[in-house]
Amino acid sequence: MKNTLNILTLILAFIFISCGGNDKKEDVSYGKKAPVKEEIKQKASERVELGNKGVGPVTSLDLALVVDQDMAAHGKEIYGKMCTACHKAEKKFIGPSPKGILERRSPEWIMNMILAPDKMVKEDPLAKDLLIEFNGSPMANQNLTKEEARAVLEYFRTL
Amino acid sequence: MKTIGKYIMTIATLTILVSCGNSNDGDKSGALTSSKAEKVYVAPGEHDEYYGFMSGGYSGNVTVYGLPSGRMLKEIPVFSQFPTSGYGYSEETKAMLNTSFGFVPWGDAHHPDISQTEGELDGRWIFINENNTPRIARISLETFETEEIIELPNSAGNHASSFVTENTEYIVAGTRFAVPNPQRDMPINEMKGKFKGPLSFVSIADNGRMNLEFQLNMPGFNYDLAHPGRNKSHGWFFFTSYNTEEANTLMEVNASQNDKDYIAAVNWKKIVDYVKNGGGKKVSGTYAHNVYDEKTHSATSTMKEGVISINPKDVEGAVYYIPIPKSPHGCDVDPSGEYIIGSGKLSTDLSVYSFEKMLTAIENKDFVDDAYGIPVLSYENTIAGVVKQPGLGPLHTEFDGKGNAYTTFFISSEVVKWKLGTWEVLDRLPTFYSVGHLMIPGGNSRKPFGKYMVALNKITKDRYLPTGPELEHSAQLYDISGDKMELLSDFPTHGEPHYAAGIRADLIKDKSKKYYDLEENEHPYAAKSESESKVTRDGNEVHINMTMIRSHFSPDNIEGVKVGDKVFFHMTNLEQDFDVPHGFSVIGANTSEILVMPGQTKTIVWEPKREGVWPFYCTDFCSALHQEMQGYVRVSGKNSNTPIKYSLDE
Repeated sequence: MKNTLNILTLILAFIFISCGGNDKKEDVSYGKKAPVKEEIKQKASERVELGNKGVGPVTSLDLALVVDQDMAAHGKEIYGKMCTACHKAEKKFIGPSPKGILERRSPEWIMNMILAPDKMVKEDPLAKDLLIEFNGSPMANQNLTKEEARAVLEYFRTL
Repeated sequence: MKTIGKYIMTIATLTILVSCGNSNDGDKSGALTSSKAEKVYVAPGEHDEYYGFMSGGYSGNVTVYGLPSGRMLKEIPVFSQFPTSGYGYSEETKAMLNTSFGFVPWGDAHHPDISQTEGELDGRWIFINENNTPRIARISLETFETEEIIELPNSAGNHASSFVTENTEYIVAGTRFAVPNPQRDMPINEMKGKFKGPLSFVSIADNGRMNLEFQLNMPGFNYDLAHPGRNKSHGWFFFTSYNTEEANTLMEVNASQNDKDYIAAVNWKKIVDYVKNGGGKKVSGTYAHNVYDEKTHSATSTMKEGVISINPKDVEGAVYYIPIPKSPHGCDVDPSGEYIIGSGKLSTDLSVYSFEKMLTAIENKDFVDDAYGIPVLSYENTIAGVVKQPGLGPLHTEFDGKGNAYTTFFISSEVVKWKLGTWEVLDRLPTFYSVGHLMIPGGNSRKPFGKYMVALNKITKDRYLPTGPELEHSAQLYDISGDKMELLSDFPTHGEPHYAAGIRADLIKDKSKKYYDLEENEHPYAAKSESESKVTRDGNEVHINMTMIRSHFSPDNIEGVKVGDKVFFHMTNLEQDFDVPHGFSVIGANTSEILVMPGQTKTIVWEPKREGVWPFYCTDFCSALHQEMQGYVRVSGKNSNTPIKYSLDE
């Protein structure tokens, strides 16, 4: 069924391309080298964007100075059940390691990535770049509650 | 099927676009055509107003349609193995098809009926009967999966089924082929007076569980169709019967000799009280009762023995016969419960009986005869009216809740609308071709929705592009909201949808389950996270508790399996989101693929026959990296010492 959709999309895309092709015929010379782009983009996973709150249900979140150990323990449990198929603390796996994530991302961004990954990869430029960097593997929406996602975030602070 | 559905939709949409274009040419009939098109057009992304559940006939399944679009939404496997999802092949669901005759991979489904509360559709479950190996199934309308199947012992040809009483207290099963009861070796031509036609009453508990309460051991006529009394006649059940001749050969002639056969009127409440007070006799009868548990994602089959049998003569005032002309088929009760419509399929008239007249005749002991000790009421004292010459070969009647009835005529291939009480014919429209049942959503309840009617035709012929000798059956959608019926569209249906049931979509759609909670998964071999995935050997059985998530298996490299092993792949889908199934199959599997819903665990068995390194993969396109969702299992020789080893990313 999904295959059919893809085929249809391809056909549509092909029609659009062919239509476009008729309008402008640029003189493409295969011998010429494309101009070298000077700007080398930093990997999305290494970018630091602490001001980016992402898009989703969480718009502001203040973290207490001291880690709530009970909440973190609860978060660890949820993380173990729901996240470890793709994320491992000690290494990059299907997705990035959550270790040190709070040095690069705002708490709101992390929460939104857990709670609304579909929206994030469509609307947040950083999440979009991350999807590309990680081979197009989508971040699965595991339908955590806000409280559960918050606990997972608290656990990330202990890593 | 889904793909075909999409193509059909695409073609339909294109056709509509094309016809719209044509109507600009000033063609007057074009405007009419486009208004019909608007009535059945459901824009992309929008939902239909009604669910239609069509019996799949000899496919053994139920198909779900959206109305008015006629788009097929799902095929629910019920009585037949279904490789698309692994139903009946997977270790968890094989038990659903267990019977006292052993594993039966097939069924002949006939009459779906939706559960009711106070005579109105409540959308909890849909029931459907199996004619060949008599059974009744219950399907959840939250998961759209078959949850329970109960076999009916001592019955043959469970056709007068699976009709629900108005508070879903009981569901009935009939016997269309009279048989010796108990079954025994005897000459066929001695059937007269010796064969029986038991009618089974199955109770439904609050959680839906079915229990075979008793069997009414009726004379050996062929009990064909039934409907419960409703409203004022709640507490009664009405069954048509044919072959009161008790012929055993060349039935098409010999079972049509009597001018009249019978409707059996059964006061089931009286019999329930009788049984509660210790009435009836336990007789033999072996039957399977199969239950699917949503938490363990597994079915169990229990073989039960014995059933309470009731001799109709023993319960005073509970069972009567009403004469009805010409081999009756359909037996339908109007929303008020007053009128019982009997369709003599070889007759040109429709007989409508009055419930109140029947009660009066019973009270006055106004009996004209008895059949094997069962009192026969007179036709004249029970008849409310006759719809004169509406057509040829009446079969089934449904109601619109506005005082009108709609009856199908097989021989003259039409639907006729007539008025309850005055018996006048109001309208008639042809069907293409040879209509059997018809369905008005809620049309056999106290409150029919009365907007659409679907004719379920037996003959398709030229209605669609030809597809060789074998054709899908043709359904036709009519608008019945006005004075005159209007044919809106044709759409093909899978198998033979004898009967169907429909319900307004908003009564179901918001409670339709999106995924199974992983936390609630109690499957004994579930791996609820990758850390729980493992491979264990127990003699020559190897159990692989494997997880699936976009887009990898854990483990995805397995060694230590040997030729001659029985390998159980227990697959748990770790996703917790709507519409993210994963599939699984392994080369040379002799079962089917399995489609595993988020949070669910399913198992298939693989018996490797050759040494080598064999791939397995995800069969349901799940993400951009679906093609990478694959793994290997190494198979060593029967006597090798390769240790069990499994890994992911090592």
